[in-house]
Amino acid sequence: MKSKIAEAFDNCKKEKRSALITYVVAGDNSKKNSIKILNAISQHADIIELGFPHNTPIADGGQIQESSHRALKKGIELEDVFQIVKKFKKKNQKKPLILMGYYNLIYQSGENSFLNKCKKTGVDGIIVVDLPYPENKKFAKKCKKKSINFVQLLSPTTTKERIKKIINDSHDMIYYISMLSTTGGKLKLHPKTILKNYFNIKKLCKNKNLVIGFGITNKTISALKSADGLVVGSILCKTITNCIKKRQNPVTKLDKMVYQLRRMVA
Amino acid sequence: MKLQKNVPLIDQHDKNFMYGGKFGGNFIPETLKKPIDDLTKLFAKLRKDKKFLRERDHYFTNYIGAPTPFIKLDNLTDHLGGAQIYAKVVSEANGGAHKIYNATVHCLIAKKAGKKYIIGDTGAGYAGKMLSMAAKKFGLKCKIFMGAKDIKRQRPNVEAMRKNGAEIVPVTTGSQTLVDAVSECMRYWVSNCDTTHMCVGSTVGPNIFIKICAFSTAQISRELIQQVKEEFGKIPNKLKLINCVGGGSSAAGFWNEFINTHAELIGVEAGGPKNSKLHAAPLSKGSKIGILHGAAQYVIQDKEGQIGSTESISAGLDYPGISPLHCFLKDTKRARYTSASDEEALKAYQLVSKFENISPSLEPSHAFAEAIKLAPKLNSSEVIIVNSCGDSLKDKDIIKQKLGSYIR
Repeated sequence: MKSKIAEAFDNCKKEKRSALITYVVAGDNSKKNSIKILNAISQHADIIELGFPHNTPIADGGQIQESSHRALKKGIELEDVFQIVKKFKKKNQKKPLILMGYYNLIYQSGENSFLNKCKKTGVDGIIVVDLPYPENKKFAKKCKKKSINFVQLLSPTTTKERIKKIINDSHDMIYYISMLSTTGGKLKLHPKTILKNYFNIKKLCKNKNLVIGFGITNKTISALKSADGLVVGSILCKTITNCIKKRQNPVTKLDKMVYQLRRMVA
Repeated sequence: MKLQKNVPLIDQHDKNFMYGGKFGGNFIPETLKKPIDDLTKLFAKLRKDKKFLRERDHYFTNYIGAPTPFIKLDNLTDHLGGAQIYAKVVSEANGGAHKIYNATVHCLIAKKAGKKYIIGDTGAGYAGKMLSMAAKKFGLKCKIFMGAKDIKRQRPNVEAMRKNGAEIVPVTTGSQTLVDAVSECMRYWVSNCDTTHMCVGSTVGPNIFIKICAFSTAQISRELIQQVKEEFGKIPNKLKLINCVGGGSSAAGFWNEFINTHAELIGVEAGGPKNSKLHAAPLSKGSKIGILHGAAQYVIQDKEGQIGSTESISAGLDYPGISPLHCFLKDTKRARYTSASDEEALKAYQLVSKFENISPSLEPSHAFAEAIKLAPKLNSSEVIIVNSCGDSLKDKDIIKQKLGSYIR
């Protein structure tokens, strides 16, 4: 049976467009709002990435750090994250959802117990920022057994030899990090350069869905739309931050923003 | 879990870079895989390269001032009655602390790697001060990441870094101490690993940084084992080597050459204020294994895996994790770990400074506190050596505030 993630990409390919993947942090800026935000943006986004917050994130820039900090301050725990997933999935069964975070939280839950909760609540995929290949082999296998996608990451520093091995060990989706940066950095490379690197990798994995993330905003997304999928995260987190400052409703703001982003990838 | 004989401690890991199958490893973002791999290969080559080792020894002797003194603390010994107390005065090294060894070796490696920029984290400011000094010496541009809280409490070292021409990046996230400085430094490296060399200030972080740091500080025990043999004619039958542990770099270096001897190794963590629940003592106060800054280790955390808050009067020990090497030494029972409170450390500083010509900073004062506790209970044939790895001058403000006056 095809995974929901693979189906989402198939649909986009039929519509001859890039898949839009959005990232927000679970529980930002509250548990209730978080569910509302997911429900709103999933009308436009093809795949939902949901961050489970960690207080010592070594690969996240300021925007996502701030979102995580807000969620943790509200007392969000993994249990809450799974409740958010469950509620979201109840309403949006077909929409694929990927959990993203750091390994220590999975390690403390226990890999098996974490995956059981994922399965129970309907998580479709997992990204673990600090569990690279080949250290992730065992965990990736466990995910596959449960029909959960383990999303491998590639970066501009990944050697060709390594890229091949990682592709071999990947599932339906692979995440290409656009540049040397934490999340939310300013796009240091020209979109053309990023796409050139991207298609060099794509040649090696024609059947896989390869998405680009890091540094993508409403200003740069159109220029990259020939990719299989594009991840937008920090700009959404930043929008929530701004809404709080200006006392605006983050749900309607994000709804509008993701609607526009969706039009830009078509 | 077992230690291997005749294999250097830093090399006792498996193919996943784990010590005892449980500690260390490389839990890092994909982007850092290649730079860490490159550095691992380069270091493996350099540590076998006689020319490089000669170069290192040249700078250790002529720039750092090796060997640092090994002295008997006669007055303190007389006052306490009991074991003979000695100090390895590592604070006599250029810059005033053991951090200079790691900083110098990292700068040498950065030069070999063709990097022009070097970055580092700092808590007490020593790692930062030494890195800025060494960077200046070797012509590298230097950036130091330091928690905003530490910038305030370690002013003398901050001024020294500025004088050395380093850019100090204040870190205002989280607790604004060492843990956040290390995170921010790693994040900066993720974004700039193509041009920049990273120096982790202690025996923590991804495996290669643990190795380079312990390889560098091992100089302390290479000197000490000679000095001990000269003083006693052999390694005394009953010998205790006491060292403070935060990240664990000075203890790793102080003990390295003694691991295969009968010497007793005692690590002293920061117990925090007497009346506070907070501390920085993951080994002696029962923390669970978790992942912090790219390595599995005992770490202060909540049940979810969020890294916990710490508290210590000593900025250099104020870190929720601990080197995987020390986790390994603890679980193999080769070393034993205990803690000293803020108050005990202050008292120890006061006592040592009053009786002796040395004045330990608040970090080694934790080790002295344990020595002061143990010595009266022991026989005069027993020997205690404390690593006095920092000078109190940097803590002048804190000591004045806590004790009313500063003596040195």
